[in-house]
Formats: sequence, C-alpha cells, structure tokens
Amino acid sequence: MTVTVLYFASLREAAGCASEVVATPGTLVQLYEQLQARHGFTLAREKLRVAVDGAFADWQREVRDGAEIAFIPPVSGG
Amino acid sequence: MGRFALSAEPFEIAPLREQLLDARAGAYAGFEGWVRNVNDGRAVDALTYEAYAALAEAEGERILAEARERFAIVDAACVHRTGRLALGELAVWVGVSAGHRDAAFSACRWIIDEVKARVPIWKHEHYSSGDAGWLHPDEGSPRA
Repeated sequence: MTVTVLYFASLREAAGCASEVVATPGTLVQLYEQLQARHGFTLAREKLRVAVDGAFADWQREVRDGAEIAFIPPVSGG
Repeated sequence: MGRFALSAEPFEIAPLREQLLDARAGAYAGFEGWVRNVNDGRAVDALTYEAYAALAEAEGERILAEARERFAIVDAACVHRTGRLALGELAVWVGVSAGHRDAAFSACRWIIDEVKARVPIWKHEHYSSGDAGWLHPDEGSPRA
C-alpha cells in the first residue's frame, strides 16, 4: 500500500522534500524506521509525535492505504 | 470563525482584542511574544516559523476550548505568525477576557505555555554568524 508522508522543519531539510508518496507495510513505527534509514533522520522516534489525516495518532496504529501521515518533530513555536 | 489563527503576514492586535469585548468581562489580559536578538547565547538576526497548518489550527482551537473549560473566562483567542520575521516583530499574541483579573492572567499564561508545548509550529533561527538551524527542544517525551 502507499501513503503520503509530510515532512516539516529539520525532517523536511533532511528528506530534501516537503512530502513524498511511499510504499509501506505495517505500522507507523515501521514506517518511520523505514524512512529514517532512507533519509538518515537523526531524531529518535521517541521524540516525535505522529499525525494521520490531520489528527494526532497512536504510533502502534496500522497504516491505512492512501493515508496522509506527518511526523511531528519537537515543536518550538511561541 | 475560529479563535485560533495562523497569519503569514504581520497583524494588528486592536481588532482581535475588540472581538473579545463583552459586557460580562471586567478584565482583559494579553500576551505578546516578540522576536528576540539572542537565543541560548547566540546572536539571532531573524527567524522563520513553519507550521503544519491544518493540525496547528485544530490543536490551537483545542487549547482555547480547554482554557474555557479550565478557567472562569469569557473568551480567549490566539494568533501565531508564520514565515520570516525580523527582530522585534510580533510572533504570537494571546488575549483573554474574563469577569476578573485572576482568571484572565492565569488563562493567558496557560494558553501561551500550551501553544508552545503542543502546536505544530517550528522556529528556524538565522544567526548573525551566517548559519541557521531548526529548534527542536529536547524535553523528553513529547506532550500528548
């Protein structure tokens, strides 16, 4: 199945793009590990939150075909 | 219209404050966050805020709704800038109206703290030394 992944801040810079469509099996955890290996992300998963289709989600959730997934690095607004 | 907004352009506070006016309110507290020329001992020239807009707006609205539950306030609103900001520019504004000042001050403080901890907005600092970097505060596990 394929999903669209959105990247922000340092993850966007490391990935070299703001979004990409990727083929993935399994859970959100496995998806992050897969992309971490591909792009060399240095942020540990434990430091991130994850969002699916515009809402925060549980890391153990299964990935749904066609979903829009965003990895949320530690925020620094304000 | 929602009470939380992102703004890609500089914005005026007066019309936002006006929306909070209410006959029940005897108090108003406002907070302005400005771009500062130093962070962690490094001289800063400017900064850029990036947001995950859809989720930032939803989480911002959730924070304001929680504030209305937690505190005896009449209304609350918040606007956060995105894009490149110069030193001294207004980065974030929070306004709270309430019957009395205690709740207005407390809610205003609580809202800016929650926005900083929860809303998906990131700060990219441009340093005087010529380099730049994203700020990803390392404070243990992320806040749910």
